[in-house]
Amino acid sequence: MATHVQHRSTIESYINTSPFYGLQLKKLAMYSTVTLFACIILMGFLMPFAYAVVTASKSEPQIKSGTVLPYTPQTFRYEGKDLPLYEVPLPDGTTQVLAGLNLKRGDNAKNEFIDPDNPSEVIIWEGNWRKLKAVEVLEIHLLENFDTVWNNRQTNFPVMLRNTFAIAVLGMIGTLLSCISVAYAFARFPIPRKRALFLILVSTIILPSQVTLVPTFGFFATIGWTGTWLPLIVPHFFANAYNVFLLRQYFLTLPKELDEAAMIDGAGPFRILVSVIIPQSLPVIVSVAIFHLVFAWNDYFMPLIYLLGKEDLLPISVGIQRFNFVYDMKPHLLQSSMLIGLIVPVLIFLFAQRFFMRGVVITGVEK
Amino acid sequence: MEITQPKVVSQSIPKQRGLSLYRQQQIWGWIFLSPWIIGLVCFTILPMFASFVFSFLNFKLAEPNNIYFNDFANYKYLAQDPLLGPALMSTFKFALIALPLSIIIPIGLAALLNSKYLIGRPIFRTLFYMPYIVPVVSSAYIWGGVLNTDSGWLNRILFELGLGKPNWLFDVNLIYPALNIIGVWGVGNAMLIMLAAMQGVPTELYEAARVDGANGLTIFRRITFPMISPVVFYNLILSVIGIFRYFEIPFILKEGTGDPGNATLFYNIHLYKNAFAQQNMGYGSTLAWLMFVMAMGITLFLFATARYWVYYGSGEKA
Repeated sequence: MATHVQHRSTIESYINTSPFYGLQLKKLAMYSTVTLFACIILMGFLMPFAYAVVTASKSEPQIKSGTVLPYTPQTFRYEGKDLPLYEVPLPDGTTQVLAGLNLKRGDNAKNEFIDPDNPSEVIIWEGNWRKLKAVEVLEIHLLENFDTVWNNRQTNFPVMLRNTFAIAVLGMIGTLLSCISVAYAFARFPIPRKRALFLILVSTIILPSQVTLVPTFGFFATIGWTGTWLPLIVPHFFANAYNVFLLRQYFLTLPKELDEAAMIDGAGPFRILVSVIIPQSLPVIVSVAIFHLVFAWNDYFMPLIYLLGKEDLLPISVGIQRFNFVYDMKPHLLQSSMLIGLIVPVLIFLFAQRFFMRGVVITGVEK
Repeated sequence: MEITQPKVVSQSIPKQRGLSLYRQQQIWGWIFLSPWIIGLVCFTILPMFASFVFSFLNFKLAEPNNIYFNDFANYKYLAQDPLLGPALMSTFKFALIALPLSIIIPIGLAALLNSKYLIGRPIFRTLFYMPYIVPVVSSAYIWGGVLNTDSGWLNRILFELGLGKPNWLFDVNLIYPALNIIGVWGVGNAMLIMLAAMQGVPTELYEAARVDGANGLTIFRRITFPMISPVVFYNLILSVIGIFRYFEIPFILKEGTGDPGNATLFYNIHLYKNAFAQQNMGYGSTLAWLMFVMAMGITLFLFATARYWVYYGSGEKA
C-alpha cells in the first residue's frame, strides 16, 4: 500500500513538473530565437555606422591596401628599402617573422627572406609567398582624419557648423513661438468653425510641398531673399501642422480649472499661456524644440535651392557635399566628414530620445 | 472643449464692458491663431494659386520682362518633354518596391519589438530608430561606401558567400533595390508609430483569441492588423507622398545626373531641374501641379478603399 502511494506521488510529481519544465524550455528557446533574430537584423542596421567609423579610422595607405579593418602591414627597413614582414613557417615547425627580400611568383618558388634580427643571412623559403600571413598592426587614424577634415582649405567646417546651428536655433524659436500660440488657440478658444480649420491644418501634412514651393521660391527670389538665411527661418514663424497637432493634443489634457482659477485672479489669456499652460507643458515643448533642431540640422532641399552659390552661408548638410566634390577619391576623409555631419543629431536623439519618441508616437498614432 | 461663458467669471471681470467675455475669448482665439492663418494664406493658399497661374505662363526668373500667357504651351510640352516619361517610369519602378516595403518592414520590425520574447526591447527600439536621425547627406555617402562594388562591406559579405559582386549603384536593374535598401535603413519613424499602435491594442482581445485557440498568424490577421489599420493607412498615404517627393538620396548619390541611363531621374529631380536649376517658373509649376494632381488622385483612391480595410470602430479618435 505504502509503495503504491509512493508510486502514485512520483507519477503525480512527474506530471506536475514535466509540463512546466517543458514549457520553460520552450520559453527559453523562444527568448533566444527571437532575441538572436533581432540581433542579426540589428547588425544589418548598425553595419553602415560601423563601416563609416572603420573607414574614417583608416590612413590613405590602409585604404589602398584594401583590408577591411585599419591594419597597416609592418615593414623592415633594409638597405634603403621597406621590406614587408611575414610570418613564415620554417621546416623545423616553428614560425618566425621574416622580411621578404626577393619574392617570386609560383607555388614552388624559392623566395629569399632575411631575419630582421640578423639581416646579413639570407633564408630561402619554398612556396607561394602570397599565402603567407603578413604582419599587420591595428592603427587607428580617426582623430587625425577629423583634424584633416576640420582644417581643410576648401570648405570651412567650423563656419558650416556655426551656420547650421544659427539656422536651426532661429527657426526653432519661430516654431516654438508660433506653434505654441496656434495650439493654444485650438485647445482653449471658442473660434467659429474650429473643427474645419483644424482639419485643414492636419490635411496640409499630406500636401506635397512642391506645389507651393515653386512660386514661393519665385517670390523670395523677387524680393531678394535668395542667397540669405531668411527663407530658411522666416516661414517657421508661421506654425506647422505636426508641431501644432502635438502641442494641441497635450494642451487638451491639461485641466481647465487652473486656467479658470488664473482668470478669476485677473490673468488675461496671454498671462495664462505664459504662467499656466507653458510651465505644465515643458516636456512636449522640449519635444517640439528637439524635432525642429533635428529637422533643421538635416534639411537638405531648402538650403540647396536658396543658398546656391553662397559658400560662406551654407549649413553642413549642403556644405559637406561641396567638401566631397573635392575629396571624392579619399573615402577615409569622406566618411570622417559624414561622421562630423551626423554626430550632433544622433547625440541629441540619444540624450533626449524619451521626448523625441513620445512626440513621434502622439503625432503618428492619434491622427 | 470650448470655454462657454461662465457667468460667475463674466461678473467678476468688469473691464472692457463693451464686449461679452465670449466675444473677447473669440478675438483672443483669432489673435493666437493668426500666425497659422497668415502662414496658410502666404505659404500655402497664395502659392498654390500662383503656381496654378504660373503653369499657363511663359515665366523664367532670368527673363522677368518676358512673362506672357503662352497658350497652354507648358501643358503641351508635357507630351513632348523627352525626360518626363523616364522620370515617371523611374518613380513608378521605385514605388513598386518602395511602397510595399514601407508598410511591411515597419510592421515586421514593430511586431518583433512588441514580442514579449525579445530581451532588451528599449535598446533594440533605440538602435533601430537611430538611422532615421542620420542626416540624409551622411546617409547617402555612407551607403555609397557600403554599396561600393569592390570595397563596400555588403559586397565583401556577398562575395564571401559566393554571390559575386553586384554593381549596386551602376546597374539599371540593381539601382532600385539599392535605393530601397538605403530607404529601409531609415524606417525607424514608421516602425515606432506602428509599434505604439500595436501596444495600444487591448490585451483582452488577444486573451480572448487565445482562449478560442487562434494561432499567431490568425491573431495578427484578425486582431492586430485591423486594430492598427488606421495607422497603416496614415503611413501608406505619407509613403505615397514621400515617393513623389523622393529626391535627396538619388540626387546626392548621382549628383542629379539621373545615371545609370535616367534610372535615377525621379519625378522630383526632374521638377527640381526645371523649376530651380533652370528657374523656369512656368514649366516647373506645371510639373508641380501634375505631381499634386497625381498624388491627390492616389490619395483619394486610397481613401475610397479605406472603408474595405481600415477599421475605425474601436472608439479611438479617428
